[in-house]
Parts: sequence; C-alpha cells; structure tokens
Amino acid sequence: MGPGNQEMLQGTLDMLILRTLVMGPAHGHTIARIIEHTSEDVLQVEQGSLYPALHRLADKGWVISYWGASENNRKAKYYKLTASGRKQLATQASRWEELVGAIGRILKLATENK
Amino acid sequence: MSIRRFFHRSSEDSDLVQEIESHIAHDIDENIARGIDEEEARRHAYLKFGNPQRIREDVWQWNTMEFLDSVWRDLRFALHTMRQRPGFLAVALLTLALGTGATTVMFALINGVLLKPLPFPDAGRFVAIHGYSDDWNVQLFGEQNVANPDFRDCKNQSHTLDIAGQVYDNGIVSSPGEPEYIDVRNISSNLFSVLGINLAHGRAFQPEEDQPGAAPVMIIGNSFWQRHFGGMLSAIGSSVVLDTKSYTVVGIAPPGLKLKDNEPDVMIPLGQNTAGYLQHRRAHPVTVMARLLPRATLAQAQAELTLIGRHLAEQYPDTNKGRTFQVTPLRPEVANVGSTLWLLLGAVGLVLLIACANVASLLLARAVSREREFALRVALGAGRGRLVRQCLTESTILGLAGGALGVLLAFFGIRPFVRFWPGALPRAEEAHLDWHVLLFALGVSLLSGLLFGLAPALRAPARNLEQVLRAGSRMLTGSSRRLHGAFVISELVLAIVLLVSAGMLGRTLLRLASLDPGVDIHNVLTARVALSPATLQDAARTRTAWKEILDRMSHLPGVQAIAMVDTVPFRRGNNPLEFWPTPALPPEGERPLTLANSVTPDYLKVMGIRLLQGRFIDDQDQPGKPFSVVIDDVMAQQAFGGKDAVGKLLWMPDMGPQPVKVVGVVGHVRYWGLAGDDKSQVRAQLYYSFAQIPDKWVRRWSELMSIAVRTQVPPLNMVDMLRHEVRGTTGDQVIYQVHTMEDLVSASIAEQRFLLLLFGIFAGLALLLACVGIYGVLSYLTSQRVPEIGIRMALGASAANVVGLILRQSLVMIAMGASLGVIAALAAGRLLLHMVDGMRPTDPVTVAAMIAVLFVAALLASFIPARRASRLDAMQALRSE
Repeated sequence: MGPGNQEMLQGTLDMLILRTLVMGPAHGHTIARIIEHTSEDVLQVEQGSLYPALHRLADKGWVISYWGASENNRKAKYYKLTASGRKQLATQASRWEELVGAIGRILKLATENK
Repeated sequence: MSIRRFFHRSSEDSDLVQEIESHIAHDIDENIARGIDEEEARRHAYLKFGNPQRIREDVWQWNTMEFLDSVWRDLRFALHTMRQRPGFLAVALLTLALGTGATTVMFALINGVLLKPLPFPDAGRFVAIHGYSDDWNVQLFGEQNVANPDFRDCKNQSHTLDIAGQVYDNGIVSSPGEPEYIDVRNISSNLFSVLGINLAHGRAFQPEEDQPGAAPVMIIGNSFWQRHFGGMLSAIGSSVVLDTKSYTVVGIAPPGLKLKDNEPDVMIPLGQNTAGYLQHRRAHPVTVMARLLPRATLAQAQAELTLIGRHLAEQYPDTNKGRTFQVTPLRPEVANVGSTLWLLLGAVGLVLLIACANVASLLLARAVSREREFALRVALGAGRGRLVRQCLTESTILGLAGGALGVLLAFFGIRPFVRFWPGALPRAEEAHLDWHVLLFALGVSLLSGLLFGLAPALRAPARNLEQVLRAGSRMLTGSSRRLHGAFVISELVLAIVLLVSAGMLGRTLLRLASLDPGVDIHNVLTARVALSPATLQDAARTRTAWKEILDRMSHLPGVQAIAMVDTVPFRRGNNPLEFWPTPALPPEGERPLTLANSVTPDYLKVMGIRLLQGRFIDDQDQPGKPFSVVIDDVMAQQAFGGKDAVGKLLWMPDMGPQPVKVVGVVGHVRYWGLAGDDKSQVRAQLYYSFAQIPDKWVRRWSELMSIAVRTQVPPLNMVDMLRHEVRGTTGDQVIYQVHTMEDLVSASIAEQRFLLLLFGIFAGLALLLACVGIYGVLSYLTSQRVPEIGIRMALGASAANVVGLILRQSLVMIAMGASLGVIAALAAGRLLLHMVDGMRPTDPVTVAAMIAVLFVAALLASFIPARRASRLDAMQALRSE
C-alpha cells in the first residue's frame, strides 16, 4: 500500500463498489482500478478485502454476478448493480454526505476557534 | 440464501479461485502493456495481489458462519418460545417420550432377535450339515447329526467347504480346584478358524494334535478359566484332570463364546477321542458346521456332499445305505417369535402416531394464535421460507427432545420387558440399545418432529397479511378448525383399532382358558428321568429299574398315583405313527397319522382322562402278546366312522406287520395346547403299553420316558422327595425338566396372555392420549368461540344449551372417528386372526362394547371444556377481544 493511505472501512468499500457499478457492469480487476484511478491513487484497494466485499454484496442481493469475456478476451466474472443495490447506494451515499458535512462543520468550527 | 451458500461452499470456492486467477491475469496483461517484461510483470502481479489463500478462507468462513448463525438464532428463538409455555412443553414431551420409548424398545427387540446376523464374522457363508436317514423321526428326535468317520471323510474330500465338527459330552474335572461336572466339547482342530474367532490367549489345536495318540491338549472356556484358574495367564501350560486323564492347557477361549447356544467349559481334540461310538458309522454324534470357501456356492456344496454321501453308501452299505447329507445355511432359530414382534411393533407404532397427532394439534393451536406475530414478521421482511424453517426447527427440537427422553425410558424398560416375555425369548441377550437402535430412535424422532411440525409450518406464512393484521386476535379460519377436527378423528380411529384388538384378545383368552384340556391338570407333576447308564445296557434290568422306581414312588406319602409316559401333552415332543383300518394300506405319504403315547396302566388315573368305552391299558398287556391299543374319540371317528371301535383291528407299519387291537376308547386331550389344538393337523391319539415294547427298543424309549405323578399336596412340594427316590442304588439317576401340568397348560396360552396385556396397555394409552387430544382441541375451539357464546347467552341461551352446543361439536367428531375406526378395526382383526393362534373373527359384541367405551371416555373429556364454556359470564365474553 502506498504512503498516506487510509484504512477503508468495510461499509465505505461497499459503497464505493456500488458507486463504481452505477456506470455499468464490471469485473473485479476493473472495479479495483477504477477506484484507484478515480481517487488518484489515494485509496489503494487491498485485494484481500475486495473479493469478500463483492461476495457480501452479492449475498445481500445488491449485485449479481455472471461469467463473461473481458476486454482482452479473458474469462472474467462480472458484477452488475441490481435495483435494490441502487436503492442501497442512494441511502448510503446520502448518509455519507450527511456524515461528511457534519464532520466538516465541526472541524471548521474548531479551526475557526483556534 | 445462506443455506444455498452453505451447501455450495466448495463450488463457490472453485469459482473464486478462477476469479482470482482472472484478476491476476488481467494485472499481468496490464503490466506487459506498460512495457514490463513478462517475468517481472508476473512477479509484480502476484506481489500486488497478496495472499489468495486468505481471501478464500475469509469467504469460506463467511459462508459457513452466516448459515450457522441463522440456525443458532432459530434454535434460541424456538427454545425461548417453548420456555414460555412450560405446561405445553411438558405434555408434549411426555407424550412423545412414551410413544418413541415404546417404539424403541420394540425395535431393539426386533433388531437383536430377528435382524442381527449370528455373532460370527461373515455369518452369511456359514452352513450346517445334517445327516438324513429314511427311518429317522425328525420331529421326535430332532435333526440328525453325522457319524465321526463320515465327518472325517466329508472334511477331507470337500473342495467347496471348510468343515469343522464338535461332539457334545460331559465329564468330571477333578483338578485344579473343586471337582465339577462340566460340559465338554470334542472339537476338530479347525473349528476356531472356520468360525473366524480368535482365542483370547494361547493357540488353537494343530492338525497333528487332532489324531489318536497325540499328546492330550485342551482349550478352556472363559468362565471355566475364571472359576478354576482365577483368570491368571499361568493357566496356559498347566494341566487339567478330566475323567482321571491329564490334559495340558494350550488356549483360552474368548468370553461369551457359544457353541450350540451354550458356553463350553472345556474343549479337547475330537481326533484324539478313541471312544467306541466315534469310531463306527452307526452312531451320529458329530454336530457339523462349515464355511463356504470363496467362490463356492451353496448349490455346489450340496451337490458335492450328495456325491460324497452316495460314495459312502456304496462303500459302506451296512451303515450308510439311504443316508444323505444336507447343507443348510446356519440361522438362529427364532422363527415363531418373529410375527409376534412385528405385530407388537405395528401396535406401538399406532400409539406413536396418536402421540404425534396430539402434539401436532397442540402446535397447530399455538401456530394459529401466533398468526399475527408471523404476519408482522412477514411485513418486516422475513421470507416465507424463513418462517417455515423456524416452525420446523421448533418441532424438530421437540421431536428430538421427546425422542431422547424416550430412549432413556427404553433403556430402563428393556430388561424388565424381556424378562416378561412368555417362555424364553431366543437371542434375548442380543437385544440392547446399540447404535442401530439409536439410529432408529433418531430417525423416528426426526420423522415425528417433521410430521407434526408440517401442519403449523405450512400455515405459518399468512396469505392475506392485511386481513390478519387488522382482524381481532381471535379470528379462526375455517381450515384450521377442519385440521383440528381431522386430528381428533384420526386419533379416535387409531384408538378404536387398538381397543378392539385388545378386546378381541381378551375374549380369546377367556375362551381358551375355559376350554377343556382333556386332562385334569391340577396336582399333577411331570419330569424326565435319566436312568443309570449301567442299567440301560440290559433290557431286563431296565424294565426292573422302572418297576422299582414306580413302586417306591407310589408308596411315598402324598402320591396318589404314578405312571410313565414318553410324550406329555402340552410339552414339546410327540410321536406320530401311521395307521389304517384295513390291511390294504394307502401309499406312503397318504396315510393318516396319530400321536402315539407309550404308557403304564395308571396313566389314566394320573391324568384323569375320561374312559368312554372298553378298558385302558392294564397288566394283561405283556410282552410277547399282540399289541393292545387305546384310541381317543377323534381317532375312533377318523378310523371307524361313528361305529363301535372296541375289538376292531388297526394296521400300523411302525409297530410291526401284525395288526394291533383296539381295546378301549378315551376322551380327547388337547395335546397341542389350548390354542393350537383345534386347528392342528394331527389330532388323533393312541395309547399302548410300555411293557409291550420289544427288548431292542427298551433302551431308546427309556432315554425319553417321563414320569407323571398325581399328588394330594401341591406338586412342587414333592419334587425333592421324588428326586431322592429316583437316585437309586448307584446314586446316579436324576430327574430333570420338572413341570406341573398347570404350568404347561398355562404356558400354552402364555403368548395370548402376553399379547393381551401389551395390547391392553397400548389401548389404554391410546385412549388416554385421544381423550387428552379431544380435551385440548375442544378447549381451544371453545375458547375461539367465546364471543359467539357470549352473544348466545345474551340472547337467552342457558348453561345447559351451551353445554349441548359444545358437546354436539364433539359428538360429530366422535361419531366420525368411531365409524372410520370400526372399518380399520375390522381390517386389523383379520390380521390378528392370521397371526395369533386361537383367535376368532371380529365379533360385533366386542366392537360395540369398545365403541361404547370410547364414547363414554370421549364425552367425559369433552364435558369439562363444555362446562367451562357454560359458566362464562356473558358480559365478559362479549367484551373480550
């Protein structure tokens, strides 16, 4: 893992995966790359948590999986967002924004009072 | 979802492996595309990915834990709900425990007695070999064994069988320890290897030791070892003195070894025994068993032995003409007990079904009251499958708990039950709770759990959520009421079957016990007598010895009359002979048979048989004169029609070429027992004088003769005195197999008595359970109708009206149950007719009586909830919701 890396909470990883899949189905490798690239490498996805997370999401019915051929014509397992997954993403994303907003206000308050 | 994942963990795992491989492959491709060379690219990719093993483990564990967690949650919830209703729990558990316990005991018996193979390894390949001669009476003397030289010839010549033999003998061991009269077996050196049994210590006999003149060696049995050597290993190599000859102990048999159903005390090599009767082919003392060699079949073995038999017949025509050898699979002799055991298992199964129906209706009542709870859970997101699983979990726990209690009951109940069995239950010692039986108990418990869980489980998910949630908590849908009704009706049907069966058995027993046995059974003692071997050598001495015994015994105080007889009624053993009223005998196999008894004149007095015409055997009938016989009225009818039989002649090939003369007719004796006599094939009876038996047969007859004594005091008080009188001058004459006639007659209907007792218990249990079921269901149904009753009362119904209302509901169920039950009971009656001796077809009186019993009991059980309903306060009823 790279320097300055944050530990990813389980819930946050789930949310990020769901967010990634909004743009369309993708397989495990691609999902990891998208998260890394979009976060400009701030968030490094540890493979140890990616696949269990995908498994859990599938179990909860938020994604479904199917085998297919990847861009390089390799066999790969694709994941696709389901309707309840979309709903879940919306709920979690709004909760996250609330949380971030609240923390941010507190921090701003702190810095203001310094 | 989690169930599926749990059971597909390994396929999911292999899926994951492929997925990981694919991920790494993509990474490698990416690296190569960036310009890194292949080796480096590969190394990078694997490094970046980290440990795939850990990922697989995580996913695997997650799959497992999810499932186990949900199961655990179900269990805890089930236990919690059950604990809230301890009364219900207790009743359900007790009911199930009784049901499964009784069924387990029955199955343990069936397993031990019928199903288990003989306690030898590879028991299917074992056979017994018997000899057959044309003139041997198998029924009287049992199956024939093999002569020692014949045995040796078969053993050496056979290519399909590994043949071993043993000869039963007795002897006196004088050292070490106390002198003792013991059971000796002469065995061939290969007996242990044929049986596949290893000795506990030491070794078996070698073939060289199985020859005349070899050093005397001995294998001792486990109990003998304990008694005479204290269980010490120094026994091996020490010597034992048997009948004044010294043997060296070379081996010790394992505990529990049984040859011919008895544990032998000592075993010595058959080949070393030089006794006369083992050297010629006229005597047949060797019990032969063998094991089929690999790839040999029973048919091949039989063909081979038939050939050997034929060769021997040609080589030794004097002794072996007409002798053949038969090979039969070695099976434990349990034939007659089998049907009784299965019958009892069936009966106890009915009780278990009733118990299940009871618990089912209890659970159903609870399920209906929890309908709102289930509806809520469905609304909150629980799947239907989840709820069904919840219900089934509860019922399975109940079933298993009830089953466990039942096994406990069975554990304590099985020994007393076995001892209770009339007569000796063969292989009884093999009936215990081994893992077969426990597996059966587990299966039965699970099955019952599923069975009675099914009804409430299928109702659990409510179809119309809104309706249920909005309706009052006391809403009762019609189908539930019908289901409850169905349970009650089926319980009543089963109870009636058992009640009628018990009633039938009761009537049968009464009828049998009142039958005239044909003899006066009070105060009569019978016993077999063993004369001194020295006496038996000479016919004249034998006759004198018998006269002396009869004489001495008749002078004992308390003895009214004493006689000799070879076959005693109601006891095993009989002598069927052919007869015909004219010299032109029909072909063999078509001649009628009569049961012949060899007696002394006082037999009539001892047994109290009625003399109908002419005279009984008396002192006129001496050796040398033509045979006089006395026949019973059944035989008189068979041989001479209704005509006067006295003075007529009969031709009987077994008694010689000359005809015998009928000198009297007596009443019939129920020889085959109170139950079996009327249906038996040979009912004709005949008596002839023991004195008239020719000298050459006197020894053989004497070995089988019994004495019958009519006493003035209770017969068992006389046994010691009689034993003392018989001992004689040589001191080695004994009486054995001592029975009173009352015991013998009672034993002949012991099976019916036993069945009656058991069926009576089962019927009582069934009735009790059915009544509890009715009470429960009616209470429940009544409680559901409380608002309705309130309205009726408010509109003017009296208490009596309410009682009538409830009872009418109950009566409908009882009537249906009774009518269906009668049909089922008739079917059961036909089954019993086949399986139990002495039964008559189901009669209407018994059926009517049992239905009456059921009605009364069921109405009583219904009365209590009915009265409770009538005592309701109308206002409260209307207000309650």
